[in-house]
Amino acid sequence: MSAHSITEPSNGQKWLAGVLVAAYAIITILPLLWIIATGFKSSPDAIAYPPKVLFQPTLEGYVNLFTTQTRQSAEFLAENPPTTWYEEIVHDKGMVIAGPSRFGERFMNSVIIGFGATFLSVVLGTLAAYAFSRYRVPLKDDLLFFILSTRMMPPIAVAIPIFLMFRNIGLSDTHAGMILLYTAVNLSLAVWLLKGFIDEIPREYEEAALIDGYTRFQAFVKVVLPQATTGIAATAIFCLIFSWNEYAFAVLLTSGTAQTAPPFIPTIIGVGGQDWPAVAAGATIFLVPVMVFTILLRKHLLRGITFGAVRK
Amino acid sequence: MSQLSMDSVARATPPRLSRRIRGLSDRTIAWLFIAPTIFLLLAVNIFPLIWTIRLSFTNFAANRPNAEVQWVGLRNYQRILTDPDTWATMQATAHFLIWTILLQVLIGFTLAWLINRKFRGNDLWTTIIVLPMMLSPAVVGNFWTLLYQPQIGLFNSIVAFLTGADPTSFSMIGDVDLAPWAIIIVDTWMWTPFVMLICLAGLRSIPESIYEAAECDRASKWRQFWTITVPMVLPFLMLAVLFRGIENFKMFDLVVQLTGGGPGNTTTLTSIELKREAFEKWRTGYSSAYAVILFVTVFGLASIYVKALNRVKDR
Repeated sequence: MSAHSITEPSNGQKWLAGVLVAAYAIITILPLLWIIATGFKSSPDAIAYPPKVLFQPTLEGYVNLFTTQTRQSAEFLAENPPTTWYEEIVHDKGMVIAGPSRFGERFMNSVIIGFGATFLSVVLGTLAAYAFSRYRVPLKDDLLFFILSTRMMPPIAVAIPIFLMFRNIGLSDTHAGMILLYTAVNLSLAVWLLKGFIDEIPREYEEAALIDGYTRFQAFVKVVLPQATTGIAATAIFCLIFSWNEYAFAVLLTSGTAQTAPPFIPTIIGVGGQDWPAVAAGATIFLVPVMVFTILLRKHLLRGITFGAVRK
Repeated sequence: MSQLSMDSVARATPPRLSRRIRGLSDRTIAWLFIAPTIFLLLAVNIFPLIWTIRLSFTNFAANRPNAEVQWVGLRNYQRILTDPDTWATMQATAHFLIWTILLQVLIGFTLAWLINRKFRGNDLWTTIIVLPMMLSPAVVGNFWTLLYQPQIGLFNSIVAFLTGADPTSFSMIGDVDLAPWAIIIVDTWMWTPFVMLICLAGLRSIPESIYEAAECDRASKWRQFWTITVPMVLPFLMLAVLFRGIENFKMFDLVVQLTGGGPGNTTTLTSIELKREAFEKWRTGYSSAYAVILFVTVFGLASIYVKALNRVKDR
């Protein structure tokens, strides 16, 4: 900026605004830092009074998260010395590792269902969004509103008949069932977001392609899709985060084979109540990828959370 | 020239599939592209909705699929609407909705207004502030129960440090008076950035020239704020309120993990009540009627609100 604009805030104002925003940011990040820190605490440190800010870090929580353990007699422990670092941590508490815990499985379920649903919703969403963007579809506005309105229903309200429907056709507690369900939930977002992105691609590119002898379909695949890559990627990440975080359907419709991580993590218990270091370790593993994606997505964040209603 | 077009014809010579697609009219392609989406939404949303409406007139119980199902007419609706517990639940939901929206609008707008001062490093701070919004409410809500523990919880310790109160003297999620505020605090922590981002977009959409003109007319900063900033951000703010309103009316995961609806029924929001009726007491018919009432309420309120929003936008 050349001359000092009359509407530009003064330096003092900027400084004060900066301090206030930074203070809020630090307060807001505290609970998240606390989750990450608790994952590295020993059980007594995690529930110490007063809460401990400085502590001796340990991987106990992570070991507890991934293993199941049983208590053993002193002789048994003496006869079977630990051979790995994680066995040693468990050994020091008078326990031995009995086997892997369910966490790995649940985490993989989240990955399979999340990516499956994301893939399907992006594919279906791109097709629908392209049609809505480029063709004259009868009742277009009504259809678009219908697609959006499917989001207004409380998940529990839809869960009752879906529970019955899935039970009848054998989809309850299966990956396929959850993928279909999350695809349907994500579709409204995918269609609305992608329509916005495709609207922004000038029609002239396709028209030029059509004149060159491309068919409509070829123009879509070879001209529109490459142009829409950023939009499709952003949409995919939003769909992934939503299916990743979903809890209501997961807790009601899955119990064993297809249960995802969000209903599982709060049920991690140790001796006498929740095993907070293990819960925090699970939460950290589960939340950190989303934090990374959020940082990567920050330019499209606003668009994603408002279904494309607000663009910067 | 002819060489070139021959070339492109050769390149475009279609395999069988695209030959078939080439033959399709635009109209057919449009429907072909839209149909899977509409079909899936019909199957997973509309079909269940119709089923719910049908069940709401019966005494069906999902845990006794073989029992005889009786048609009970409007009795489920009548029982829900005359049950004082329903109104207590609605009140708890309204309390939660009003306060979360109020706090999030106030804090969110203030933050956006501050961030719009364009100080150095505001991108970094904005990114940090936004983080909680994208995380799993169930996992985070569960962890907040540790933060809220009397004695060992970080929240109580900080409040004790700031006010000098005894950290063991209050329990945010165990106390009947505090529990409704416990869920409001966590929801506000999570979702204020949502309102903030939308307000920021609103503030950034105001052209600088309007302020410059006002400055030339010697309008005070205060006057500029109320006559330029607020009216121009209002449509954005209303949109944010619409989203938060719908989301919080449906609120389930965060609160179920934080308080489970307790203590007593103080934080039993409509979705939690619905879950108890449908999946713990297995009164499927009754809870279907409850679901229909909720859907009509949210749809009705949202429609009225969208009309108001459009009026503000057109102004």
